[in-house]
Amino acid sequence: MKHRTFFWFVLPTLTSMLLFIALPIVSVFVQSLFVEHEQVLVVSESCGPFGCTESTSIDIEATEKLREEKPLGQFNGFDTYINRSHLAVAEIGAAWADSATFGEFRRTVGDLPFYRALAFTLTYTAVVTPMVILLGMAIALGVNRLPGLIKGPSIFVSLLPFLVTPLVGSLILFWMVDGDGVIGATIQLIFDDPNLSLKASAPLTWTMLIVYGIWHTLPFSFITFYAGLQTVPGDVLEAARVDGATGWQSTIHVTVPHLMPLVAFVTLMLLMDNFRVFEPIVSFSAEAHARSLSWIIFNDLRESGNPLYGSAGATSILTIIGVIILLTPVLIRTWRDFNRKAH
Amino acid sequence: MATQLENRLTPGRLIAFLLVGLWLIIAAFPFLWTFWGSFKVQADFFSKADWTNALWGINTTRETGDAFTGAGYHGAWVIEGFWENVINTGIVVFFTVVISLTFGTLGGYALARSGFRYAFWLLMAALVFRAMPHITLVSGYLLPFFEWNIWGKIPTTIIVLVAINQPFTLWMLHSFFLNIPKDLDESAMVDGCTRFQAFGRVIVPVMWPGVITTGLFSFLLAYNDFTVTAMLLNEENETIIPAINSFLGTTQVEGKVMYAVAAVVSATAPLFVLILFFQRQIVSGLTAGAVKG
Repeated sequence: MKHRTFFWFVLPTLTSMLLFIALPIVSVFVQSLFVEHEQVLVVSESCGPFGCTESTSIDIEATEKLREEKPLGQFNGFDTYINRSHLAVAEIGAAWADSATFGEFRRTVGDLPFYRALAFTLTYTAVVTPMVILLGMAIALGVNRLPGLIKGPSIFVSLLPFLVTPLVGSLILFWMVDGDGVIGATIQLIFDDPNLSLKASAPLTWTMLIVYGIWHTLPFSFITFYAGLQTVPGDVLEAARVDGATGWQSTIHVTVPHLMPLVAFVTLMLLMDNFRVFEPIVSFSAEAHARSLSWIIFNDLRESGNPLYGSAGATSILTIIGVIILLTPVLIRTWRDFNRKAH
Repeated sequence: MATQLENRLTPGRLIAFLLVGLWLIIAAFPFLWTFWGSFKVQADFFSKADWTNALWGINTTRETGDAFTGAGYHGAWVIEGFWENVINTGIVVFFTVVISLTFGTLGGYALARSGFRYAFWLLMAALVFRAMPHITLVSGYLLPFFEWNIWGKIPTTIIVLVAINQPFTLWMLHSFFLNIPKDLDESAMVDGCTRFQAFGRVIVPVMWPGVITTGLFSFLLAYNDFTVTAMLLNEENETIIPAINSFLGTTQVEGKVMYAVAAVVSATAPLFVLILFFQRQIVSGLTAGAVKG
């Protein structure tokens, strides 16, 4: 295809991606270098019979005017990145110096908002991804052995948790695990503790969100592996059987290796999606114990009346760096494959 | 007999059946439970004393005289004006899907037919864009949109959703077009068509299966979106997902949780119908990138 024709074909999609994906990343970066204006203060002196007193008040008009003229705020450089709500360089340095044990240091760092969110996001990603792959493969192998008649319906049922809106899906589960809901009440009955609430403690909240994550994404890996199973060459399986392999042995040595490229693909997709975990925290109102990077950005932007663009921008840039680190191995691999094909 | 041997119940098979059965229950039960419960009163749906109340509707019968009540649906759709949100969602989803597919087919076709190195780079860039958490992009939009006075408008939301949708759409249609033989459009060009004419007359008629599958996923992305619609639309033109979320803020106190339950069931119903009719396309779409890539 000629360069010119190619250009006209990709123009609409390229423009939309540049304008609304690439440019916003630049805009986020610029925002992160600024910080909100401080309020303009006026000092007025009022003198009475007993001498003069100075009083400071906020000049609302001037503050408004300043905000309108320079909506970005004032230039702050990289200070937002290293302040307490983000990388907290100073606080970590102090904690390192003051803490007697490593555990104490870790606790102090774990209380800093950015690191707390990072810890949850990484834990969520690191637990949900392998669990979903393992369980998905097990269920795909199971469904593949079912009689044909019930395969269709079981795929239909499996698709529901994946395609349901994340916010809605997590609400449905939230109502069930609520203290008065069917699962929550049953758990209270089992443990004989009427005040037991899954929302009350951090470990339980994390577990609840992770269980939701597995429930929601398992169908994706299951369906992908199931489709992969349909392409396992029959003659190889046949040959394995002739050579005396049991069903289990041929599964481990023939079927699973055949699915390995799919595992790479599913891992990539799951990493991308799990790293941005956000909606379940809103639905479960779990922010007291579990916050993700996406959630703290959302919270900064929601700051009523006066969104913290600078703070949200800095967290966004740090999140994007995280995504890129996560993707690097994949990008390098694809790059190598492409070069091998080209030569 | 081979078939008899295969149908024999070995321990391995039994474990497989049990695992699948357990998963199917875990997958389906929350939906069945919430659907059934949406026709009950709150005292039944959140029945701490006895969960079977939710099944038989003891309190529902006491309060309304019947074991089933449509009060939640009436509250959500009529009193809270959920139908307005449904209309907004309809507009947003329809235009997002149509524009996404138009941009995506043109771009995907060009990427599939161009062997140049920059086509590969474009696909890689799309992959990185696909990985960007939506909220990071949204935090880049807000300030400029406020300044230009285009915040809170439905067309703005549509074009943002189209853009966020593009990386995925491009990848998917790219792999579909790779499967359409090159000879088809090339022979049309030998016969004197330009590239655009060849695309319009030869490729467009055969591309619909791929476009429909991709369209389903564009639909899901636009329909399921919370991040973009919650941040870019104001209360007057909210779509259903942010509306359900703002329901929760107001209803928990007033004891109108059942409105939200009814709204949640209403929002899930279209997805249910979608899977019912397009199960095959969804499955093939989910795996399109994987099996070929």
